[in-house]
Amino acid sequence: MSKNGMTEKETAAASTIGEAAKEAASRRMALFAQRHRFRPVEALPWIAAVAAFFVFPAYLALGAQILATILYALSLDLVLGYAGIVTLGHAAFFGTGAYAAGLMAAHGMGEPFAGLAVAALAAAVVGLISGSVILRANGLPLLMQTLMVATMLYELANKANSVTGGADGLQGMVVKPVFGHFRFDLYGRVAYLYCLGVLFVGWFIVRRIVHSPFGRSLTGIRENEARMHAIGTPVFRRRLIAYGISAALAGVAGALVAQTTQFVAVDALGFERSGNILIMLLLGGIGRLYGGFIGVPLYMIAQDQFAEIDPVYWYFWIGLLLVLVVIFARGGALGVAARLLQRRGGRP
Amino acid sequence: MSGETPVLETPVLETRSLRKSFGALTVASDIDFRLSHGARHALIGPNGAGKTSFVNLVTGVLQASGGAILLEGADITQLAQSDRVKRGIARTFQITALFRGLTVLENVTLAVSERMGMAGDLHRPAGNRRAIIEESFQLLDDLGLADDALRPLKELAYGRQRLVEIAVALGLKPKVLLLDEPAAGVPSGESGIIIETIERLPSSLALLIIEHDMDLVFRLAKRITVLVQGAVLVEGTPKEIASDARVREVYLGERSHA
Repeated sequence: MSKNGMTEKETAAASTIGEAAKEAASRRMALFAQRHRFRPVEALPWIAAVAAFFVFPAYLALGAQILATILYALSLDLVLGYAGIVTLGHAAFFGTGAYAAGLMAAHGMGEPFAGLAVAALAAAVVGLISGSVILRANGLPLLMQTLMVATMLYELANKANSVTGGADGLQGMVVKPVFGHFRFDLYGRVAYLYCLGVLFVGWFIVRRIVHSPFGRSLTGIRENEARMHAIGTPVFRRRLIAYGISAALAGVAGALVAQTTQFVAVDALGFERSGNILIMLLLGGIGRLYGGFIGVPLYMIAQDQFAEIDPVYWYFWIGLLLVLVVIFARGGALGVAARLLQRRGGRP
Repeated sequence: MSGETPVLETPVLETRSLRKSFGALTVASDIDFRLSHGARHALIGPNGAGKTSFVNLVTGVLQASGGAILLEGADITQLAQSDRVKRGIARTFQITALFRGLTVLENVTLAVSERMGMAGDLHRPAGNRRAIIEESFQLLDDLGLADDALRPLKELAYGRQRLVEIAVALGLKPKVLLLDEPAAGVPSGESGIIIETIERLPSSLALLIIEHDMDLVFRLAKRITVLVQGAVLVEGTPKEIASDARVREVYLGERSHA
């Protein structure tokens, strides 16, 4: 023990220091390893969603649309917030899903879950095919190409009158009861719960992906693509897989809207559908998983209210809201909340 | 160039007549280069000599216009960058290229999980991969970065970021490590830590150091290759290079004194 000229006391002291350091290290590792654990605050949106069902029985139809749109925002967050894929054409997948489910229901195959599955598949195929062409680009060139894909699909749906109903929209959908039992009612109660259930599953999947090694590598690609290449990441393949999954989820969101409204307008593929969801996610916070849960209701309720107060210029007020968020609340509502929490936690 | 050292074994990394040109601009002209096992080899040359282009060619960022790149005797000239990494070639960057918004530990776990082939996994939470986290943490601990492990990378001083740069590359357990100006941008007072870190790297690892700083080169390198205008001017021991008239002329700027 006294080999290094240390007294017993010194050795003991050194080993305590060593142990303390080791303990600190393992505590640090544990902290790092627990980040995927479910935190109580994550239950909030679900409690709010269930509460809303009882508190606002008159608004359940709007509520169902909000829930479906949250799923759409979640799908966008996966590619934009995590993988850093900028897009102005996510409606391509929303609309593909809406038409897939719509066409099935209009042709006697109105089983809702089958509709969702086909919608997911169709949107994923569109995502993988278009992604394999456009995902080699980045930034502005990529943005323009996503816009182009969505525009092409929009024109295709617009022109294919005999199949999609063109500008008049797809009519004649007959959606069967959920689980063969719960018929979609006029008050939107079944629609609300149906959308809530599907959103929950979608959220579970995205949350799992985000915390998986795959999800972490997406974040790495967003942060520094060149370095990801240099550590041996097949960057293109990762991005393509993420894009396909996101497309499938957006397709499901589109299918939800189609099934619960029993109608598909060609707007489902339109530019506004791509742009608005970006704004909603921006309001809530990008790359935080819950941005859509805040931004979508905020936007849609604000839209509802502004339209009532100022039917002509309501879009102006939405724009003003966005400008204020960008100037004063960077990172959206969740960004502000995170900063406030940090400030409080940082106080001695 | 100097033929005194007989080559008995296959070099870990070799280029044969490696060429690269962009139109009329040639950044690599017939580079024959051999990196032996456990080498401490430096690649020097004036600005625009094609040093970083050489790194980019070897790692696969750039595709060669001609010639061959061999890793342990196997031709890797046509392989994609990610495949070359899996075969054992890692690099660091002249200008720190890390994941700025992520924690230091996460910077390293990305590399380690990629090496272990687990980074494509969509299911199990990354936090449950204890082997990856422990190995990454150990690596940081070895480089004296344990206390910074959970801090966001961007909060670190630049000198320490340079160490993370090396840690990320080491997480790939490479056979060949290309260090592109490892001390670039670091105040001279802090570059000592980086040199010490490089000195402590395992001798099984073959190092190619691209450097401007001559102190660093002569401290670390056992062999030096001088690159001028995309071509090898001379190769030899530090002593040979220091006394080579051509090197003095081209690189050390002796011409102006003549």
